[in-house]
Amino acid sequence: MSELTDLTLAQAREGLRARRFSSVELTGAYLEAMEAARALNAYVLETPERALAMAEAADARLARGEARPLEGIPLGVKDLFCTEGVRTTACSRILADFVPAYESTVTSQLWADGAVMLGKLNNDEFAMGSSNETSAFGPVVSPWRRSGSDAPLVPGGSSGGSAAAVAARLCLGATATDTGGSIRQPAAFTGTVGIKPTYGRCSRWGIVAFASSLDQAGPIARTVRDSAILLSSMAGLDRRDTTSVDLPVPHFEAAVGRGVAGLTIGIPQEYRVAGMSGEIEDLWQRGAGWLKAAGANVVEVSLPHTKYALPAYYIVAPAEASSNLARYDGVRYGLRVPGRDIVEMYENTRAAGFGREVRRRIMIGTYVLSAGYYDAYYLRAQKLRSLIKRDFDAVYAQGVDAILTPATPSAAFALGEKGAADPVEMYLNDIFTVTVNMAGLPGIAVPAGSDAQGLPLGLQLIGKPFDEETLFAAGQVIEEAAGSFVPPSQWWR
Amino acid sequence: MSVDATTVRRIAHLARIAVSEDEVPHLAGELNAILAFVEQLNQVDVGSVVPMTSVSPTVMRRRADAVTDGGYGDTVVANAPMSEDGFFLVPKVVE
Repeated sequence: MSELTDLTLAQAREGLRARRFSSVELTGAYLEAMEAARALNAYVLETPERALAMAEAADARLARGEARPLEGIPLGVKDLFCTEGVRTTACSRILADFVPAYESTVTSQLWADGAVMLGKLNNDEFAMGSSNETSAFGPVVSPWRRSGSDAPLVPGGSSGGSAAAVAARLCLGATATDTGGSIRQPAAFTGTVGIKPTYGRCSRWGIVAFASSLDQAGPIARTVRDSAILLSSMAGLDRRDTTSVDLPVPHFEAAVGRGVAGLTIGIPQEYRVAGMSGEIEDLWQRGAGWLKAAGANVVEVSLPHTKYALPAYYIVAPAEASSNLARYDGVRYGLRVPGRDIVEMYENTRAAGFGREVRRRIMIGTYVLSAGYYDAYYLRAQKLRSLIKRDFDAVYAQGVDAILTPATPSAAFALGEKGAADPVEMYLNDIFTVTVNMAGLPGIAVPAGSDAQGLPLGLQLIGKPFDEETLFAAGQVIEEAAGSFVPPSQWWR
Repeated sequence: MSVDATTVRRIAHLARIAVSEDEVPHLAGELNAILAFVEQLNQVDVGSVVPMTSVSPTVMRRRADAVTDGGYGDTVVANAPMSEDGFFLVPKVVE
């Protein structure tokens, strides 16, 4: 049944409704593919019984002609989303075998629309990382390899399990989260499509918190259309998240195919960073050319504070993380390591439960928020954030509809290649994506080409607040021109 | 600004993370690398800029001050490493 896993989500939806195959057959094909791909370490928990039960229920509804938008569609869930009765760890030892008594709003909306849960996907611990190497379950191996080499590559991060699973045909789509690029960078590394919607579009309720003013959920999928279908189900007002916006959720799929005729696309000169490879520069120009050929007006724009986004992010995100992660104290859930008194119990628990990168970020966050340093670091970073947002506002006020940039400064790198000596080396991966989180804007990564070693490269489109539709419309133009990107062999089988 | 060994120990204690003596120099190095990286923010004159509090102009939603949830104590303590009679157990904190 391996050909069933080659269908896109939109094709599978059509096949299920036409009763050409059942959800149990489709789900079974995915469960078989997952079992054969354990070498990738994409799933940290497979839930086959639940998947088949959900698939049977979906088949019953399909038979009655009562199909909901995602009826019978098998999906993977990043392990940052709480799933009722199913272990959720954020890929940290500190959550141990935490079993939530509740379901995140985003996943509950997917199940309410008929989707089937295949299992929980690997990610960087607490979503802190750009390579999925900080997971307590070990790294995810990308389904992609450089041509002529079998060196294992990273799938990107933090949603590395989501991206690898979608690229390797281990689910039709996956939930993911993006705090500084964690949907778009792994999507770019794996030849998949990932969209971080506008801050407030998807409820954060039930998603393990990293940096609350930046965190946003979104899908990773194989095509622009598939990502649009998933986002319509994931988005919407939730009164349990005070930052969730009360705006109608558009039928995003309707924007796919709308084209870009008459739109103005901005090319920000500040994204032409020193040392950028010729391949990335060429990819970017090709992308601009495709949009132009499809009728868009392409103009140069300026976002002068771009270079400050990443350093400001590495104040704001750790500061919020140090506050959010204070809850892991060995008392209410997860790991507990005894001590002589309660403070030593906290300290021992947190030393044993958090990995190196998480400890580092909590400590940086604690430092920048500590007495005497708040104004110099956190307040200054929040002021920079206002300037970054103002840059985007000014460009959109000039009539620009969306902004085109590279998604990442390079293609995927090898496991262990980056960040071992200097954490900042790894942080630089998010240089093109982090501005979008700082300004709360929507951004989509679409595969657009390959590097000389055959690895996929992505372009990013940045939109106006709550205008994801333009991103789907423009993203589809790039997708159509660039074609699709599938790992050349299933070497892991 | 850079951190020394004493500061690393102080931050670790504030963050409630046990740090062994042999980890301190390495941690100081890593923290200083990050602090050196964010140093460039000082190039910008931010004097009159209003710090961001929200990415979009939103008004906090309010609801009636009423009990809307609860009544499932067993569920609340279900994941606790140690609990008894619906209470979380911690080491003795009052002498």
